[in-house]
This record gives sequence, structure tokens and C-alpha cells, in this order.
Amino acid sequence: MKKIKGVNDFVVKFANVNGTGSASANHLFAKAIFRMGIPVSPRNIFPSNIQGLPTWYEVRVSAKGYLGRRGGVDLMVCVNPQSMEKDIQSIEPGGYFVYDNTKPLAQHLKRDDIHYFGVPFTEMCMKEFSPPRLQQLLKNVVYVGTLAALLDIDFPVLKGLLNDQFKGKEKLISSNVHALEMGYQFAMDNFKCPLPIRLERDYNIAPHILEAPHILMNGNTATALGAIYGGATVAAWYPITPSTSVVDAFAKYAKRMRIDPGSGKKNYAIVQAEDELAAMGMVIGAGWNGARAFTATSGPGLSLMSEFLGLAYFAELPAVLIDVQRSGPSTGMPTRSQQSDVLAAAYASHGDTKQVLLFPATPRECFDMTVEAFDLAEKLQTPVIMMSDLDLGMNDWMSPPLEWDDNYQMDRGKVLDKEALDKAEKWGRYKDVDGDGICYRTLPGTHPDKGAFFTRGSSKNESAIYSESGEDYVKNVDRLLRKFETAKTMVPRPKTHPPIEVKKPKTKLKLGALFFGTSASPSYEAVEMLAEEGYPINTMRIRAFPFHESLDEFIDAHDLSFVIEQNRDGQMRQLIMNECEIPRNKLISVLNYSGTPITARTIADQIRQALNTKSADVVQLHPEDA
Amino acid sequence: MSYIKPNFRHPRLPTNALGYTVADYDGSISTLCAGCGHDSISAAIRNACFLSSIPPHRIAKVSGIGCSSKMPTYFLGKSHGFNSVHGRMPSVATGASLANRSLTYIGVSGDGDTASIGMGQFIHLVRRNVNMTYIVANNGCYGLTKGQDSATADEGSISKYGDVNAFEGIDLASLALLQGASFVARSFSGDKEQLEPLIRAAMGHNGFAFIDVISPCVTFNNHVGSTKSYAATRDHLDVMPLDFVPMREEIRTQYSEGTSKSVTLHDGSVIYLHKAETGFATDDRTGSLNAIQKAKEEGRILTGLLYLDPDTQDLNHNLDIASRPLNELGKDELCPGSKVLNSINEGLR
Repeated sequence: MKKIKGVNDFVVKFANVNGTGSASANHLFAKAIFRMGIPVSPRNIFPSNIQGLPTWYEVRVSAKGYLGRRGGVDLMVCVNPQSMEKDIQSIEPGGYFVYDNTKPLAQHLKRDDIHYFGVPFTEMCMKEFSPPRLQQLLKNVVYVGTLAALLDIDFPVLKGLLNDQFKGKEKLISSNVHALEMGYQFAMDNFKCPLPIRLERDYNIAPHILEAPHILMNGNTATALGAIYGGATVAAWYPITPSTSVVDAFAKYAKRMRIDPGSGKKNYAIVQAEDELAAMGMVIGAGWNGARAFTATSGPGLSLMSEFLGLAYFAELPAVLIDVQRSGPSTGMPTRSQQSDVLAAAYASHGDTKQVLLFPATPRECFDMTVEAFDLAEKLQTPVIMMSDLDLGMNDWMSPPLEWDDNYQMDRGKVLDKEALDKAEKWGRYKDVDGDGICYRTLPGTHPDKGAFFTRGSSKNESAIYSESGEDYVKNVDRLLRKFETAKTMVPRPKTHPPIEVKKPKTKLKLGALFFGTSASPSYEAVEMLAEEGYPINTMRIRAFPFHESLDEFIDAHDLSFVIEQNRDGQMRQLIMNECEIPRNKLISVLNYSGTPITARTIADQIRQALNTKSADVVQLHPEDA
Repeated sequence: MSYIKPNFRHPRLPTNALGYTVADYDGSISTLCAGCGHDSISAAIRNACFLSSIPPHRIAKVSGIGCSSKMPTYFLGKSHGFNSVHGRMPSVATGASLANRSLTYIGVSGDGDTASIGMGQFIHLVRRNVNMTYIVANNGCYGLTKGQDSATADEGSISKYGDVNAFEGIDLASLALLQGASFVARSFSGDKEQLEPLIRAAMGHNGFAFIDVISPCVTFNNHVGSTKSYAATRDHLDVMPLDFVPMREEIRTQYSEGTSKSVTLHDGSVIYLHKAETGFATDDRTGSLNAIQKAKEEGRILTGLLYLDPDTQDLNHNLDIASRPLNELGKDELCPGSKVLNSINEGLR
């Protein structure tokens, strides 16, 4: 029978019951591989539930440093009978199945093209540990021990991690280490270890991984640190998965780093609001008063905040909104990932509105872009929405370390202080003095006689006086468009890479791929797979809206561009078609909206299929290529 | 109505402690209907700020949407104002207060803005005890959309269109009391003698101060059969007069024991209440609630200071926020720097 082979290159998946402590054992497994210096990307695929439902944890090991999902499972660890039948079906032929054989496996669960490794996890723990809760928890650690033998994980690394985790609790360390050893020993005694899929330090590791001493962190923590470093002082929010940990982490770090040394009191405020409407209102009130303020939410919260986003757009107030996207509409699948708020965010609110969006793809970028979001919001005097997602926000990603330039200065934008107001001859809040659409604002309490004005969502003239004159209105909203043009020059530019050389290209078509956020990693991988098959594809990673003009140029320069994203309606493709002057048949959607992050294999499959079926369209565009 | 605001000022207008005249607290000319109760409230706010010698630019005005929420344009032209979204002023005020705790905040709302669309935010504002004065100009109807009943319309009140309101009206003062508000008052826009000192006391209060002001709508709710017309309100008022003496001022009048009681605010200002026989004490929440309910059953509208806890602590205090306003902090206070970040990186390896 075939056996899947691969050193530092395979996918392991754990099938557990949620609320049984499996996540921390699975994390231990992933972190041990990370500490061995081997690229790893763990993903928690969990239900919207606290206890009792199936939950999975997928760990991709990739020497080349691919951090997106590959697709398929090479080794499945299953300790959940609820999901076992489907879990067994999902294993690649020649793959491996590690299961609890305390009770014998039903006949219908046996496949003849995979390898079975039964370990009596429950029985072992019942004999060795008490009380029952400990038996349940340590069962997870026993299977990590088994995997350490099967996959050749450094045992001292595992022990070191347990020491870190339970520092000062010697009893816990010894029982956990004992559980690890039990699992390890059972595998050594009963199976041929290691398997043909295994780990090995330094083997074949991509140079870019070796160059930087990577960290393992999730996007929400990085975002929270960005808010700390970006100078946020007010956080207002309403709990919603998967954004909750942004504010949790902000609170954790603020408690450490933001205490006034003189008084011991807080140099920050966190308010858990009554709903997302109020959360956004608080952010806007604080921004109006000159404090850097933010909120974090997900799709349903974004809908509620749309009302205030329209006000802030029109009244020109800074605000930072972190949207950690999940599957919608409505409650959709609250613990599953998607990139499906693109259109709702870009045009959030009634009337003519356009919002500034940022699309981070890594934790490092979550950090950098959050800092940048605060600068942009104040420079542009408008809301800035950072579009993260569950996959990026809640899963641990290998990332180059966070970096900070101590020369950084907060850019507070065009704000007139008392001295500037004294000098100013004629000031009008909405006068476009510099021609960039951005006007000078004043903060409450600044000057006894000058600079006071009324902030409102209603139409006004350049001096901020209420006006229903069509002329005043048009002048104002046209200036807002000018400001959006200025934003193009300020937001992060898209990223391109030198084309991959393809020796015997199978097509004359000039192909491009456009993607953003968590679609990027698997897209790069798919493009490399396709390059080997003879399809050269250039890439552009979109990092912000409004789009930079190089996006138009990229689309122009290619016969076809695949827009790779994680929603049903091709929302980024729609946004591009809406905002750029391009023929619609030049953009082809590559989509996944199942709730689990898109895989490199899905992307490659859809592109292959499109190249087979779309050739007719292409002929019309470029007859010379036919 | 007039659309030109006269700029003639008497040359010897009296000045307050800061040297400002009352005209320095004026706003733009009102665009509300002639005779609207709201204009009297605007005037009372203006006078209160003048009399209490608050620098106009250290006051921030916030409002929601509706006739009431237009009012901040008509007073304190030297103050920043924020006319926000319908029913959402409380959240804007909360954020503003967190960002800069050193300003005096005046919120103006209406019965639609507070008791319907803004009910959720209102009650949470009370709960958080945001340091501000919150005035509801309460006329029992929607003015800007032409006279629909609001949620504070009394049961049995007849609308402009002849319909009898079948629903129990929401009493915002009772609601605020139940939710633990530290300053609750009710007044009538036509009772300047009571409203001005109430607003001054509210601004001097260190926490959330709520004033429900019956403010008749001359256009849509001032007819026979309406319980919130000028005539009906005047007929049923049960007024508890009061005086406000700020901390710095000398107490000139002698109030006799037995007819007056005094309450001292946290800043040393004193409120004198001139009606001993109210049947309740202003530091007795349950007594106040009972008195409001009893008055309602007897067809009286109880106005005056209904409840006060002068020792309460506001949101900024309860969140343990440092005294220097957050909007004044710069990079040095806010940004931990590269060394700290490097140690965080180390912890993630």
C-alpha cells in the first residue's frame, strides 16, 4: 500500500470535541515544530459553542514556508467519534489515521488505502490519572507524545514548552510530561517510528524563513499592539467573535504599558458598549475631541456601525475600525472565516460614501497597518477600516518579528492649535485651502474666541454653517471626492513580485492574479504550482482601498486577471469593476466561501478550469493569441 | 418670526466673574417656531452658563436629531457643538468625555431622541454616570415630522389629529432614578426662575445630571386635550422653587429654617430648596420615586430637584483614568518604544 512521504512537508489534522482542552495540546504540538525552526501554520476550525461539539485543528508543515492551507490531510488524529466517519474519508490515499482504540473501530470505518494507528488513549489515562477531568485533559497530551514518536519531534523541545506553560506548577509539569512519555513510549513499542512523513531540523528550509528569526502570533494580538503603539487612548467595543480578542489583548498590554507613573492610573479608556452603534459613537466622540480611538467588530457589528460611518465620513471625523471578518450574512457562521465585508465596508452607510480600507495579510502587517490606520484617519479626517479576518486574527501565524522605529511621530493631520488660530485670518472648517480636499479642523476647548464650530451630519457651507443650498452641498461632496483622490497617494501601495520564470509556457496569454489578506499565502503557492505546470502568472497583492493607479495598469497589462477571494459574490472583483475603467471580462473570480480558509489546491484547480473554459473570451480580446 | 438677530447691546451690560457679558453666551438666531418652549430652554442654558461664569469655549454642546437637537446652535456660539445622529448623542458624549474630561458637557435631546430611538443609549449613559448635563426638551410629540405622538405622550392625551393616545407615557425622570442617576430634576420651559438654577446646579454636579423639561410644542401639541400644552402644564404644575449659590459667591439671602433646605455640591456650591413640605428628601431615591408617582396619580406635575447624590463618582473616575485629559497625551506617554516591542517578540518565539 502507498505511503505518503515527506520531510517537513505535510498536513496533520486533529478531530476533537470542543471544551475538552484539546486546543492547548494541539497548540503545544504546533509550537514544538515552530521551535524546531520548521515553518508551520496551525489553524483552529471551531464551532460556535462552548462544550461538546466537533472541533478541528489543522497543522500545515511546509519547509518552503507556505503558510496558507494546502488542502487535503496526510495524518488525522481522531479522538471524536461524532465526526470520525467523515474525518476518515478526508484523508489522502496513503495517509495515516491515529485514533483511540479503547473501543474497537467499526468495520465500516476501515479503508484499505490508509494506515491505521490505534492507541488506547482513554484506557491509558483511566489507569494512570484521576480525577476524570485530568484524564480528559491529559488524553490530549498523550496523543501529542504519540505524534512526537511518529513524526520525530524533539522531545526536549516539548518538555521545554510544558515548563514554560506551567512555570511554578511542578505537579502539572510532571503529570503532563508523564502523559507525553506514555504516548511516546506506546508508539515506540508498537509502531515503526518515525513515519515516512516526518520532521527534521534544517532540512530544506526556505532561505527567507532562515533569514529572520520568526515569531508565532495571531493577527488580533498584533492589531492590539498596533493600537498601543499607534497611540490609541480610547477603545469602545461590543463583544463579537472573531474580533473580541483584539480588545482583550489591548486591555492586557495597556495594563502593562499605559499606566501613568505618577498616579498609577490609566492613560487609556476601554468601554464595553451596549451595542456596536454606541461603540462607534464613542469612538467618534473621542475622535472629535482629538483622542485616537478605535473599535473592533465583525460583519453584524459593521452593519450597525454603518449609520455612524456615514456621519463620520460627512462630518469628517477620524475613527479606526478593525473588522475581523467572518462568514455572513447575519450571524452566518460566526466562527468561520471569510472576506465577505468588502463591499459593505467600502461603501458603508447611506448616501454617497466611500470608506478607506486596509487589507493586512500577516500579523506583522496587522501591527503596521493599525499604526498607519490611526495616522491615516487623522490625516484624512475620516474613518479607516482595517479588514482582517478570523483566519488571520485568531490563528497563530509565523511572522517576521514586529519592528518599531523610535523616530516615529504621530501625524495628527491638519489641526489648528491656539497659536495657529491666533495667526489665522479667515478660517473656515470646510475650506479647501491646500487643494487636496483636506481642510483644517479645530478641537473643542482650544481658543476663547476662534475656531468654534458646529459639527453636523447635515449639509453646511465652508464655514460649517447649516445650509440646504444645492451649491454648497455639491461643492462639499465633490471636495470629499477630491479628498478620496488624495487618500490614494497616502494608503499602502499594492505589492508585486518579479515574475516567476517558466521554461516552456503552455500559453501565450498574459495572466495576472489579484488577491488580498489571507488569500495571499495560498495564492502565491498556487501560482508557483501553476508555474511548474507551464502557466506563468504575475501577482499583485491589494493592500488598500481606494485603489492605487498601478492596479489599473496591472489589469491593463494582462489579458486575464484572476481575482482570488473568500466570498460568494466576488466582492473585490465588483469593487475593482466599479472603481476602475476596465472591461469586465478581463477579471475572473476564483472563490472559496465554505467558511474554512481557501487552499492553494482550490485556487490552482479553479485557475486551470478557467483557462480551459475561458479561452473563447480571450480570443475575442486578443485574436493574435488564439 | 424674525430672521435677523439684533446685534445691538446695551453698553453697560453686566459682566460675570470672567468679564463676559451674557451676549458672549449667545448663539445664532433660532429657527424654531415662534413661542416654542425650546427657545426658553436655550435662554436658560445661556443665562446659567453666564451666571456660573463658565468660559464659553470650555463648554462642549452635544445633541441628537430633532427640533430639540437643533437647539445647541441657538446658544453658546463660542462653544464647539456636535449635532450627531438620532438617538445616539449619549455615545458621542461618552467618547468625548473620555477623551477630554476637562470640558463641561451639555447634552440636549428630545423625547423622541431619548425615549424612543435613543432609549438604549440613554439608559446606559445614566448607568455609566458620564459627567454631563443632559436636558430633554419634552413636548410629547415629534415636531420635525409634524406632530406624531412620542413615547412620552401621556395616556389619554389627544393629538393634533384628534387621536387619543392609548399608551402609557414613558417617564424619563423615574427611569433615570431607577437606573441610579445621581442628579434628577424636572422643570418647565416657562419657569425660568426654577430652570436656570437647576441647570447651574446640574453643571456643577460631578456626574450625570438629568433634567426633564416640559417644553410645549406650540405648533403640534398646544391644543385643548393635549396634556403637554402650555395651559395644561401650567394648570397642573407642582413647583418646588430653588436657588443656586456657586462656591465662590457670598450667600446674601437668609433662608429661614423650616421653609428651606440646603444641599452642598462636591465643589462647594449650595442649592437651596424652598419647599419643606415636599414629602420627600432629595437624598432618598425611593421617596422621590414615590412622590413622582403620587403626583402623577393626583394629576400634578412635580417639578424641581427630585434627587441628588452630591458625592457620586463619574465614569472617568470609575474607569480609573488619569487626571490629565487623554487627548493631551503624546508619543512619550503612549508609545512604549522598540525595546519593549523586542521583548514582546522574544516572548513569541
